[in-house]
Amino acid sequence: MSMVDEPLYPIAVLIDELKNDDIQLRLNSIRRLSIIARALGEERTRKELIPFLSENNDDDDEVLLAMAEELGVFIPYVGGVEHAHVLLPPLETLSSVEETCVREKAVDSLCRIGSQMRENDLVDHFIPLAKRLSAGEWFTARVSACGIFHIAYPSASDMVKTELRSIYSQLCQDDMPMVRRAAATNLGKFAATIESAHLKTDIMSMFEDLTQDDQDSVRLLAVEGCAALGKLLEPQDCVTHILPVIVNFSQDKSWRVRYMVANQLYELCEAVGPEPTRTDLVPAYVRLLRDNEAEVRIAAAGKVTKFCRILNPELAIQHILPCVKELSSDSSQHVRSALASVIMGMAPVLGKDATIEHLLPIFLSLLKDEFPDVRLNIISKLDQVNQVIGIDLLSQSLLPAIVELAEDRHWRVRLAIIEYIPLLASQLGVGFFDDKLGALCMQWLQDKVHSIREAAANNLKRLAEEFGPEWAMQHIVPQVLEMINNPHYLYRMTILHAVSLLAPVMGSEITCSKLLPVVITASKDRVPNIKFNVAKMMQSLIPIVDQSVVEKMIRPCLVELSEDPDVDVRFFANQALQSIDNVMMSS
Amino acid sequence: MNGGDDASSSAATSGPPPSLEWRFSQVFGERTAGEEVQEVDIISAIEFDKSGDHLATGDRGGRVVLFERTDTKEHGGSRRDLEETDYAVRHPEFRYKTEFQSHEPEFDYLKSLEIEEKINKIRWCQPANGALFLLCTNDKTIKYWKVQEKKIKRISEMNIDPSKMESSSNPPPQLVANGLPADKAHGYLTKDFSFPPGGIPSLRLPVVTSQDTNLVARCRRVYAHAHDYHINSISNSSDGETFISADDLRVNLWNLEISNQSFNIVDVKPTNMEDLTEVITSAEFHPIHCNMLAYSSSKGSIRLIDMRQSALCDSHTKLFEEPEAPGSRSFFTEIIASISDIKFSKDGRYILSRDYMTLKLWDINMDSGPVASYQVHEHLRPRLCDLYENDSIFDKFECCLSGDGLRVATGSYSNLFRVFGTSPGSTEAATLEASKNPMRRQIQTPARPSRSIGSMTRVVRRGSESPGAEANGNAYDFTTKLLHMAWHPTENSIACAAANSLYMYYA
Repeated sequence: MSMVDEPLYPIAVLIDELKNDDIQLRLNSIRRLSIIARALGEERTRKELIPFLSENNDDDDEVLLAMAEELGVFIPYVGGVEHAHVLLPPLETLSSVEETCVREKAVDSLCRIGSQMRENDLVDHFIPLAKRLSAGEWFTARVSACGIFHIAYPSASDMVKTELRSIYSQLCQDDMPMVRRAAATNLGKFAATIESAHLKTDIMSMFEDLTQDDQDSVRLLAVEGCAALGKLLEPQDCVTHILPVIVNFSQDKSWRVRYMVANQLYELCEAVGPEPTRTDLVPAYVRLLRDNEAEVRIAAAGKVTKFCRILNPELAIQHILPCVKELSSDSSQHVRSALASVIMGMAPVLGKDATIEHLLPIFLSLLKDEFPDVRLNIISKLDQVNQVIGIDLLSQSLLPAIVELAEDRHWRVRLAIIEYIPLLASQLGVGFFDDKLGALCMQWLQDKVHSIREAAANNLKRLAEEFGPEWAMQHIVPQVLEMINNPHYLYRMTILHAVSLLAPVMGSEITCSKLLPVVITASKDRVPNIKFNVAKMMQSLIPIVDQSVVEKMIRPCLVELSEDPDVDVRFFANQALQSIDNVMMSS
Repeated sequence: MNGGDDASSSAATSGPPPSLEWRFSQVFGERTAGEEVQEVDIISAIEFDKSGDHLATGDRGGRVVLFERTDTKEHGGSRRDLEETDYAVRHPEFRYKTEFQSHEPEFDYLKSLEIEEKINKIRWCQPANGALFLLCTNDKTIKYWKVQEKKIKRISEMNIDPSKMESSSNPPPQLVANGLPADKAHGYLTKDFSFPPGGIPSLRLPVVTSQDTNLVARCRRVYAHAHDYHINSISNSSDGETFISADDLRVNLWNLEISNQSFNIVDVKPTNMEDLTEVITSAEFHPIHCNMLAYSSSKGSIRLIDMRQSALCDSHTKLFEEPEAPGSRSFFTEIIASISDIKFSKDGRYILSRDYMTLKLWDINMDSGPVASYQVHEHLRPRLCDLYENDSIFDKFECCLSGDGLRVATGSYSNLFRVFGTSPGSTEAATLEASKNPMRRQIQTPARPSRSIGSMTRVVRRGSESPGAEANGNAYDFTTKLLHMAWHPTENSIACAAANSLYMYYA
């Protein structure tokens, strides 16, 4: 048992706690592994700490995860890039553990280290590691192997490259679906490092194997590879190799595969070029928009704008728009909702005339949808249409939609619409707002649900910011101040909250002349909760108002509150007084 | 044909394989005469893992006990030779491995319901790095367990005397007392502090000795709050990443890695519960195709669904049910038609189902009717009234298939179980008792698949001094029922539960 100099005590404890029984302490030590490494010096870190960590592979997953993460940035502590390879053994063990998140982190760290390693170190250490993992007894190691091939491959000799490609091909045919899934997921990354000659032969045959896998879960991931591979190939190769596959996938028996295609299809348009897009991809996409599985239509509808951006407007109007019309009255509310969340973006793509002729009726019908999410999604993207056709065409339908949402019986819907009010106000302009929406904003201050009242107060602040203090002085402040006499203390509290939010926006003068008197009156409230909130609020007003006002109006009020019978009121009053004193001292 | 001793391959060419001679292999937790069975000890689930090297049982007390196979491990590379020389005596033998408490009794405060800890089902997942993984469920909550050997660590060398050991975030008081400012001590723990380039030689890493290991079970994930009704089955998919759980009205699909959300894929709940006529009784994934699963209902039908077709699989792809025989309808028709368990054969071609009276084997390519039916309880038909009175008619017997699909088995009352041959022309139908002498009640009459076992004479109950048999005043003791059993995936070996005892047989 050795004794350590006293100044070293904390670091010594930190090292000892690498093996403490308490997992929190072990975690703490692992997170500060870099300090331990620096305390030991580079050489001992290489010779002692790293082997020590390599043996520590049956710890709890949380500790292993932290270790995998730390080792990824450990190159400086082992003596720089020329020693980076000593970090591989512990990460190799970690990349074959059972817990997925630990393995993924270890693979991340391996890639990070591998991408910094010198070429000959990669050949001597990293490539053998990739081979060992690929031949691992348990599927966990083989799963991890798939994720590091793209680092190992580029620096290999031609012979080894051939070998690596054939190993990867075996991984694509592994017995375990987990391994085949990992191979499918990483195929795009691996393919990006491969010479174009082998790309067309080796990689495409692996890809074809994966696209014909029995397991849906593997084919699904092969779809994801389509777009990545497509971008690597020449357009004509893409048309011959990838296009037929994706067209097949778009008619796959499994809705989950079609769902993935619906999500990915637009990415492939660029890779294959305009003509095959028109002849093959547009029809495939139209099929997906009309799929009989709602989940597929949801995915397809959600990409409608992205897809149309790639096409020319005529094609979009001719082929896609009819489907969009159908979707706007789809039987599934989720499909309509997905459509509503993106359809506004089609306006800039189609231009003013087509938008008015084709899209506007769809907007209007979606604004009347029975499902609130659909309406909310339309309202949330209003700015995109405004730029194209102006708001006037929509405003007549907007108002009833907004009013209905504002009074929805679900408070979450009300909350959502409140959050869009500043956006609406900026799009619709002051005039429209004053006439129609002002009253609603006040009404929310008296909502039964606290979150709504809170959001309403916040909304007033944002409106004041949008339209300026003068407007607010006329349209917000008087109405708000009137409500301070509400018989229910919770509503009075909301008003106080609104006042405290408005004060910084309104500026010192209005605060002193209009807001502060109301607050001072509230300090005489019979409910202690109001009183201590007044104290808290006054504290926040100190920086806004003039020093003299603080002394003349705020301090006397706080002094009075500091003698209140209620302990909480006294506490917050004293706290506020203290902060006045602090401000005085510093100025 | 190069060896006359290979029984099964010769049988494949020349008619049905011969009937098996069942022999007692092992018993775990055998009850001594007159010993009372504790309720919590009663076995409620049995499952072999895919390799057949492990066996798990769950009990009403929420415990899971693991057994491991002992007879294959010692054999090294020359196993083939050993098999040849040793064929006649070699059969799977298991030993106790470990046990853990999977579920505890709980109380659902929102519904004022007690949740029993009883293990309803156990399923094995893919092992990795020598660790075993299992899914266990009670009525409401599914848990994912990892059982792994861990080294027991003993730290022999440290920097600090353990007696003075304190947390690094909490430096010992003497440090401050010595006049050393506490924040300077912490300076070592910040990134800015510069260490001497060669490090500090006096520091050393803890040295760990003692390499003993012990088995540790850790609950890795809990899949809860997804079932309004009682979970009757769980089953993992062949894709290795998902599993289903089924209750009376719904089937949910989970990802093993994600415990906070599941997808509802089957929902048979009518909008008005008064319209409810049928509930889900059991569900299982196809062993090869990850998109197919089957579930059985209380009306005696089995539905095969294809998850490729749609996200919510309320419409089945195939429906297997036997048309009701005309004129035979009675009060009990629907009750005894209820399927208590279904199992896919290993190749996924057949589904075995158990209802109260029979075992039925269905070819998934033929939905007009079962390819074979085996009478298990036909002799009880005159006594359905009594069975209804004492609730026995609602007992849920499990069924199982042999790995080669040539035989099926299921349990019965008086701790009896039956094994039938399924190959065409087979007349194999054995009745065995879960005791050390399984064949003692066997009556050597030529068996036909539909043979009733009612012809048996006096049935002697093991531990016959217990009052059960007399109180019933008849041959069948409805309190001792053999509900749970499992067939070894590769060998002719059966594990079955008689109350708290696990009996194993081989042939």
